[in-house]
Amino acid sequence: MSFDVTLHLEQRAASMRLVGELDARAAPRVHELINEAAAHELDRLVLLMSELTYLSSAGLRCLVFAHQKMSPGVEIVLVGTRPKVAETIQLTGFDRSVTMQDPASAP
Amino acid sequence: MRTTSLTERVDAYPTGWISGFAVRPGRALPFGATPVPGGVNFSVYSNHATAIILVLFRRGEREPMAELPIPESFRVGGVYAMVVFGLDVEGTEYGYRADGPFDPVAGHRFDPGRVLADPYARAFGGREVWGVPPDRADPYPYRARLAHDDFDWERDRPLHLPSEDLVIYEMHVRGFTRHPSSDVAAPGTYAGLVEKIPYLRELGVNCVELMPIFEFDEFENSRTDLTSGRALLNYWGYCTVGFFAPKAGYAATGPYGMQVDEFKNLVKQLHRAGIEVMLDVVFNHTAEGNQFGPTISFRGLDNHTYYMLTADGHYQNFSGTGNTVNCNNPVVRGFVLDCLRYWASEYHVDGFRFDLAAILGRAPDGTPLLNPPLIESLAHDPVLRDCKMVAEAWDAAGLYQVGSFPDYCRWSEWNGRYRDVVRRFVKGDPGTVGELATRVVGSPDMYARRGPGASVNFVTAHDGFCLRDLVSYNEKHNEANGEDNRDGESSHDSWNCGREGPTGDREVLALRDRQVRNVLVLLLTSQGVPMLLAGDEIGRTQQGNNNAYCHDDELSWLDWSLVERNSDLLRFVRVLIAFRHAHPGLRGRGSAQGPARDDVVPAVSWHGVRAWTPDWSQQSRLLAVMLRGGSRQPSDCVYVAANAHWEDHELELPAPPATLEWHLVADTAAQAPHDAYEAGSEPHLDDQFRVVIGARSALVLLARRQR
Repeated sequence: MSFDVTLHLEQRAASMRLVGELDARAAPRVHELINEAAAHELDRLVLLMSELTYLSSAGLRCLVFAHQKMSPGVEIVLVGTRPKVAETIQLTGFDRSVTMQDPASAP
Repeated sequence: MRTTSLTERVDAYPTGWISGFAVRPGRALPFGATPVPGGVNFSVYSNHATAIILVLFRRGEREPMAELPIPESFRVGGVYAMVVFGLDVEGTEYGYRADGPFDPVAGHRFDPGRVLADPYARAFGGREVWGVPPDRADPYPYRARLAHDDFDWERDRPLHLPSEDLVIYEMHVRGFTRHPSSDVAAPGTYAGLVEKIPYLRELGVNCVELMPIFEFDEFENSRTDLTSGRALLNYWGYCTVGFFAPKAGYAATGPYGMQVDEFKNLVKQLHRAGIEVMLDVVFNHTAEGNQFGPTISFRGLDNHTYYMLTADGHYQNFSGTGNTVNCNNPVVRGFVLDCLRYWASEYHVDGFRFDLAAILGRAPDGTPLLNPPLIESLAHDPVLRDCKMVAEAWDAAGLYQVGSFPDYCRWSEWNGRYRDVVRRFVKGDPGTVGELATRVVGSPDMYARRGPGASVNFVTAHDGFCLRDLVSYNEKHNEANGEDNRDGESSHDSWNCGREGPTGDREVLALRDRQVRNVLVLLLTSQGVPMLLAGDEIGRTQQGNNNAYCHDDELSWLDWSLVERNSDLLRFVRVLIAFRHAHPGLRGRGSAQGPARDDVVPAVSWHGVRAWTPDWSQQSRLLAVMLRGGSRQPSDCVYVAANAHWEDHELELPAPPATLEWHLVADTAAQAPHDAYEAGSEPHLDDQFRVVIGARSALVLLARRQR
């Protein structure tokens, strides 16, 4: 069970690449980076999801955490979410606070 | 403005080690397993145990990863509490071993060899996927789990709709979307139900009553029907394993342990659609059965406290299921209160319907109490203050309290007498008109003090025939239940309209269509709170089975192709529900405000073939009522007539309030779409003084200005 996350900040957008399995053990690191990103003035936070293979309930909470941490106008976009992970997000209703941007994950 | 957060807690560190885990004395409250800084607070109570061991498992593993005896010094009274640090909330399951006397005659059945589930467990592992047979050899099959309690509710809160404005829809979570025709992504789940919310909105119901969703085991008493070879399960789930946990097998995300989130999302989305959530809760018995049943938690933690026992330690059986929860023991009362408070506050649930609630009013020895402490506590609890409380006011041992349930001006009741008289009237029984009149105005003989919101009116429910079967069968046909047709209610006041079961006879079919609508007209225009059984609005059948508790198949599942096939009926129901919402007179509000200023039409008046002349005689089969309500001027005025006679009658109409004229809303003798008219399109009656009501038909008229 391994997890890796990197944050890339540009002028008014941040992207975060999530790799591996995001569970309770990995969540604190993601929270840290979300806090770091939230300190900047952003229009958009992009989560690169294509390498994320598993999302636990603590992982789901990272999405809500991002939604709550960012200023109201900041769009949170999930790109390339794998079907299994996308399904989890949708079934629990967490997709309503983010934009799922990928034809493969459209409901 | 800068805010300062509190300094770090000074108790977030361990004080010792037990079995390799860092621990410290826990907090006695709240009971259960609660995430705290750095760890989890475990708290469990038993007044008769002598020692308790916390048993920890890695998720899904049969052998424990550790057993932690809770030190005597961590005990407060009968409560054992300990914080364990460094646990993975998502990957841990837990249970307890309780030591104490094994003396069944004295009521004690402690067995430290057994791992017991926490009665306060907020989630369960072991039954994550519906229909996967359990491992009977597993010594700990129902596994208490930890659960996140945070959730992004946004601005959600319970809706607080006035009781008398509700239209309740009784449904089974799985059955609602399990049928292949449901066309949802996750059939048979909470998430599947979310996808069907638009259907509920269009129908117009504003409260769903969910049949049990507390964790249960569908394989409890499972067996195979020898004639069909089909597996028979405990599909309904009136047999609770975990009172604080949503059933994992109803969650598409159950395999990932996210049933808590998925159910909360269901509540949130229903609220967003203006629909309240009422839970059918079963506190009268548990899944542990009698002495031959499985020991899951209560029996091993404190049998003597949780169950009603005879003097020699046998289980009382007022529930008909083997055991009876000792609801008026003060400890158990606290447990029930804790549980309901949890669902109200943590899940934003709007109300509860109590299965066999009469049991909640029995003393520990079974005697019915005049002033039952549990029912009183529930009535006055501050957390539950705004929750609807509905009693199924009878039990399986003959205590029938419809109209006499200890209500504290707070409780509502499933009005079984409403059901019985509407059924008898509609099928044409003599001697029913007088009682019917009382029932359709909210049963003031029973509920005058509490108001019409106290009467939950229904004609069909999960128990007994569904509506289409009520007009298609004289006898129950429960052979598929594998009990030689002995199970299920045998006196059901049904009438098959001339042929038993399926038929091609057009006259019979037409009469059934009409009888279904006659029932629906009465139900949806009566004062009180109407409750529809899911599927009755589209003519669902159970093929004469009036006790389908064990069928997880097409017999129970809602067939969505009926939406198309019976679209006329669905439209009829939608129109009537919308009509109900639009006319306060039907809900009994305003009827206590005295005569209206613009005329002398009373709030309720009775009519027959002649206006102002109801026929209360034994042979009468016709009743008409004019209801006035609302504070608007001119008054809201509705005329409802029901004719259970096999001949037409010409009715003399009472004069509507001044400036208004009679318009036709519904006529069950007419062919669709002329059987019901949407608001604004009701045709004006050319003859304002007379109207013909067809044989075995019902009429609804509305007094409004002619356009």
